[in-house]
Amino acid sequence: MGQATVVTGVGVTAPNGLGAKEYWAATRAGRSGIGPITRFTADGYPSRIAGEVPGFVAEEHLPSRLIAQTDRMTRLALLAADWALADAGITPEELPEFDAGVITASSSGGFEFGERELRNLWSKGGAHVSAYQSFAWFYAVNTGQISIRHGMRGPSGVVVSDQAGGLDALAQARRQIRKGSRVIVSGGVDASICSWGWVAQLAAGRLSTSDDPERAYLPFDAAAGGHVPGEGGAILVLEDAEAARSRGARLYGELAGYAATFDPAPHGGRPPGLRRAIELALDDARLAPEDIDVVFADAAAVPELDRAEAEALSAVFGPRGVPVTAPKTMTGRLHSGAAPLDVVAALLSIRDRMIPPTVNVSPDQAYGLDLVTGRPRSADVHTALVVARGQGGFNSAVVVRRAE
Amino acid sequence: MSTHAFTIDDLKRILHTSAGVPEGVDFDGDILDTAFDSLGYESLALLETCGSIEREFKVSIDDDTLTITDTPRTLLRLVNHQLVAPSAS
Repeated sequence: MGQATVVTGVGVTAPNGLGAKEYWAATRAGRSGIGPITRFTADGYPSRIAGEVPGFVAEEHLPSRLIAQTDRMTRLALLAADWALADAGITPEELPEFDAGVITASSSGGFEFGERELRNLWSKGGAHVSAYQSFAWFYAVNTGQISIRHGMRGPSGVVVSDQAGGLDALAQARRQIRKGSRVIVSGGVDASICSWGWVAQLAAGRLSTSDDPERAYLPFDAAAGGHVPGEGGAILVLEDAEAARSRGARLYGELAGYAATFDPAPHGGRPPGLRRAIELALDDARLAPEDIDVVFADAAAVPELDRAEAEALSAVFGPRGVPVTAPKTMTGRLHSGAAPLDVVAALLSIRDRMIPPTVNVSPDQAYGLDLVTGRPRSADVHTALVVARGQGGFNSAVVVRRAE
Repeated sequence: MSTHAFTIDDLKRILHTSAGVPEGVDFDGDILDTAFDSLGYESLALLETCGSIEREFKVSIDDDTLTITDTPRTLLRLVNHQLVAPSAS
C-alpha cells in the first residue's frame, strides 16, 4: 500500500451554491450567500442574518421514506454524499460492504427536528414524540444515514469538535484508509438555522449583530464584530492513492498532512495551540513553510481570535509570508461543514491555479497578513494549508497537495 | 372512541405521513397481505406509524402485539377489534 490518501470525489451544499460547480463558480466570482434569515422568524433576536443553502428541495433528491425520518442537516448531507460518490465514479453497492466506511463531523445534530419534537413533548405529551427522534437529532445521524443508504459497513464514526471537527474527520478517514479500507466517505454538513439552534449559537457570544450582509462578517478587519453562521458543508470521497490510480480515478489531490492541538487553559500564560498544530501538520506532510502556496484561514472575526490566528501564521510563515484567504466570508461559518468546504476550495484552487477571494474585508494591516481580497488571485497552487478552530480550544490543520 | 372503522386507506394515509412511501412497490395497489418488511417498512417505521394510529383512533397497540403484526390486514384487524369492542363500563 502506498500510504498516500487522495480525494477522488467532492459533494457540496453551500449557502452560495448547491453543488460543487455552482459553489465554485460563485466563490471565484466573490458571490456571497449571506442574507436575512428566512427559515424562521428572527426579528426578535439580536442576530438576524445567516448563510442559508438556497434552492434545496429535499423531495427532488431523496425518497419519501428518508424525508420522514431526517432533519434538514441530514438531507443536505445525503445529497452531498450522493454527489461525492457520483463524482468519484464509485457505486458503493458494487464494493464489498465492509471495504467502505463513513466518518463525518458534526457540531450540533438535527436541531430543527429535535426542536419540533421537544415542542410536541412539552405541549402534547410523550406519545406525540416521533419514534425517529431516537436518531434524527443526534450527532452520528449523517454518518449512519449515508452508511445505510449506500450499504457501506466498513469503519465508521463521527467526530465532534465544533469547527475543527471537519478536519479531524478527514484525518480519521485517512487513518482508516491507511489501515486498509478501500473507500471512506468523509467531511461534514451542519444545519441548525432554527430558533433552538439559533439561541444555542447566540449563547456562545460570537455572532455578529449587524443587519448588513456585506458588513456582518469581517475577519481580519478592524471592524470585525463576530461571525455570521451558515448551514451546509462538503462531503469528500477518500481513497488510497495507488488503488485510486489503478482504477483510473481522477485525483483532486492528496491529504498530505494533519495535526490537532488543544489550547491551554485561559489566563495561564501559555501560548495558544494553533501555531503548533500548523507546524505539526507541515511536519506530517514533510513540508517546510515556504512550500505552502496558500492558507485557508479559520477567520473567526472576533478580534482576539483573529489576532491569535494572524500571530500563528506570521510566526510560521513570516509577516505577509504566504497568501491567506477566507472564502467562508461568502458562506458564513458552517461549523463542522466549514473546513471540509475549505478543503474542497483548496483542491479546486490547485486544479484551477488560482486563489478565491475573501470578500468585503479591508484587512487591518496590523495583523501582517497577505490577505487575498476583492478578486481571485492567479497562483500556481501546489499545496494548501487549511486551518480550523473549534470553540473550547480545538485547533486542527490539514495540508493538501497536488497529486503528482 | 372513533366512530368510523380503521380502513386500508387510513393506514396508507398514516404510513405516508409517518414513514413515507416505499420505492419500487405498488403502494396504491392491493397491499393488504404484503408483509410490512416487503413494503420496506422496518420496525421503527411501524412504531412511528402505530403511534399515529393510536393518537388518531384512540386505541392502544402494545409492543408485543406490534411484533406479531406482519401485514396491513393483521394491523387493521387488531385496531378494528378495539374500535368495535364494547367498553368495559
